[in-house]
Amino acid sequence: MAEASSAEGFRTELRNWLEANCPAEMRDGGMTEDGICWGGKDWVFTSDAQKDWLERCAAKGYTVPTWPVDYGGAGLTRDQEKIFHEEMGRINARSPLQSFGIWMLGPALLHFGSHDQKLEYLPPIARGEVRWCQGYSEPGAGSDLANVQTYGEDKGDHWLVNGQKIWTSYADKADQIFALVRTDREASKHLGISFLLIDMEDAGVETRPIKMISGISPFCETFFTDVKVPKLRIVGTENRGWDVAKYLLTHEREMISGGGAGLSGGGRALGAVLADTMETLDATLRADAMRCEIDALAIGLTLERYKDQAEAGQGAGDASAMLKYMGTELNKQRHELMMTAGGSAALEWDGDVGNRAGDWLRTKANSIEGGTSEVMLSIVSRRVLGLPA
Amino acid sequence: MSKLVLTEEETMLADMARGFLDGAAPVSAFRKMRDAGETHDAKLWKEMADMGWAGVLVPEEAGGSDMGFAAANVIAQEMGKTLVMSPFLSTAVIAATALRQVSDARAQEALARIASGDVTYALAVDEGIKHNPDAVAMEARADGNGFRLTGNKTFVVDGAMADRLLLLARTAEGLTLFDIPADRAGITRTKSNMIDARDAAKIDFADVEATGEDVLGQVDSAMAILKPALNAGQAALAAEMAGLAAGAFGMTVGYLKERKQFGTEIGRFQALQHRAAHLWCETEVTASAILNAGRMLDSDPENAELAVSLAKAKATATATLAVQEGVQMHGGIGMTDAYDMGFYMKRARVGAEWLGDYSYHAERVAALRGF
Repeated sequence: MAEASSAEGFRTELRNWLEANCPAEMRDGGMTEDGICWGGKDWVFTSDAQKDWLERCAAKGYTVPTWPVDYGGAGLTRDQEKIFHEEMGRINARSPLQSFGIWMLGPALLHFGSHDQKLEYLPPIARGEVRWCQGYSEPGAGSDLANVQTYGEDKGDHWLVNGQKIWTSYADKADQIFALVRTDREASKHLGISFLLIDMEDAGVETRPIKMISGISPFCETFFTDVKVPKLRIVGTENRGWDVAKYLLTHEREMISGGGAGLSGGGRALGAVLADTMETLDATLRADAMRCEIDALAIGLTLERYKDQAEAGQGAGDASAMLKYMGTELNKQRHELMMTAGGSAALEWDGDVGNRAGDWLRTKANSIEGGTSEVMLSIVSRRVLGLPA
Repeated sequence: MSKLVLTEEETMLADMARGFLDGAAPVSAFRKMRDAGETHDAKLWKEMADMGWAGVLVPEEAGGSDMGFAAANVIAQEMGKTLVMSPFLSTAVIAATALRQVSDARAQEALARIASGDVTYALAVDEGIKHNPDAVAMEARADGNGFRLTGNKTFVVDGAMADRLLLLARTAEGLTLFDIPADRAGITRTKSNMIDARDAAKIDFADVEATGEDVLGQVDSAMAILKPALNAGQAALAAEMAGLAAGAFGMTVGYLKERKQFGTEIGRFQALQHRAAHLWCETEVTASAILNAGRMLDSDPENAELAVSLAKAKATATATLAVQEGVQMHGGIGMTDAYDMGFYMKRARVGAEWLGDYSYHAERVAALRGF
């Protein structure tokens, strides 16, 4: 009972805080590309409200509610986190800040970083002052990610890095990159990789946006030419970066899978999206939408279940591969349905139904980025089912 | 805040149930009963009652173990894994939940008899080929202080063996639920020859006499009692089907590891690995829906309908996939009567239909989600 009353106490306190501090303009869900605040050194706020909202949340630790207070978070328990999302959702509040620092590097640093590294890198992520990007894939290292060839030559106090990364999301807008770099060419491919932190302003770092089928360029190629990376800027142990990479991938996969369930990050129920056109929908389309909604609800519950299991100290095994596969495949279906429901109106770039076509095309990458659906199924097959490789 | 993770007690209950059922009711026991044309094992049911399963939803003051809906789901799931035949769903879940909605002494006594394993019930609702309680046509005509019941019920699960019937019929101003002995004058029960080898009956009511005493709850207000009972039954059936899917899946993965073709285990082929992995993903997602339904029924039964229909829909789809993949990946042997996979397929089909099929529950989800 004490637990329940303190939970309700937290809810009341939070509700009052949100009422006083969340600007009216920030209460629209705001999941469009324009509504998202990515932060970073060069970030231009789209409104005063966006700036105020970020600063007020950062001061309370609410940009990263479950991180420890020392590192910029609010130190919330799992129950409090649930309440936090419920209350944010209740007023349809925008997420104050989204970033790869929050979703990917942060969890990896919390697990593998030294205390000094956590103090140095985490608070600026939490405050939205530094924007990170991810340097994983290369032209010859896609599904076979451990085949990275970008090379860091040992120069005593630093590595001299040369090579090329691809599909580096928002590299052209990022301040820093966390990258997989081969530091031992003699070792087997998983045991010669280090996880390095590189400043995008360093001499020798160059980015080039790639125009995608959706018409925009969220991805880049990133080139490193004789870039000096100090030895301090490594996470984990030299040549054991694959451990960090894999750990981070589980977080990346959970992040990508959330979009499919439409639950994390303010996604709306498919029924609500289609409500306007429901009258005109054919029975077949309606049936497909219902099936999609059922799967979305069940996947959303599975995200919750795994978090509850983790908190109870029960390992969920290779859950992230499962969630990534199920969530992204579902998200593609959702967007196919939304395109069909939109009819010819959905076929125009930025037409009456917004950027529905661009969003639809973007989802096609979901089942590729962060490990393809086929790689996810192979992971489940080997590690969960124990089928022979 | 109730968590989507099994409690220590629930984990122990699952382990205990598994241990008991592996000994007392493995699939080979089901096969023996099927071969002998039997649909009820009274000794097994008595043992289940002694373990508190018959009284899982009966209050302690009436002699039950009152473990709750999530616990009932745990038991049903373990039964599903080895296709256990028992009156658990009809009697311990559906009838007990219905009786719990009524506080009179007669209901308390009935609950006590359920908990002790001394009475079995069957729910007689369906009249057509599809589950649709609202459309019930069977008439309970007012006659003096009582009623005369006339009409036909079909797909009455456990209807041939049950001691008593929960019967839904139309009265002057609505629907009314009756609790009557199954052998009352004017009742004719015909056992159906079901594909899953279980008890289901067609029941004919010819001017059957009922008194006000036979009415469960209020006249014209059946749904106040029936709805919670149906929700509980649907959730437990979903749990049974999730267990069934897990059982079929376990057999299939085992076979992939042992069967050799082209000089190697067939589980080495990526085409089969990915299908098996996809099936596992579906069973994981379904498990979440089942657990959530149990939690909602225990903590907020008034608002559990979405969770229940989600669970039943998802479990139906997953069990259907599991048995289809099960037969396909076993190849020819999966088609033989000597092999158990066919039992899973036939039970999955019956479970899919009972208490509302996928479409029925998808429509309920859609209605509750603003479609």
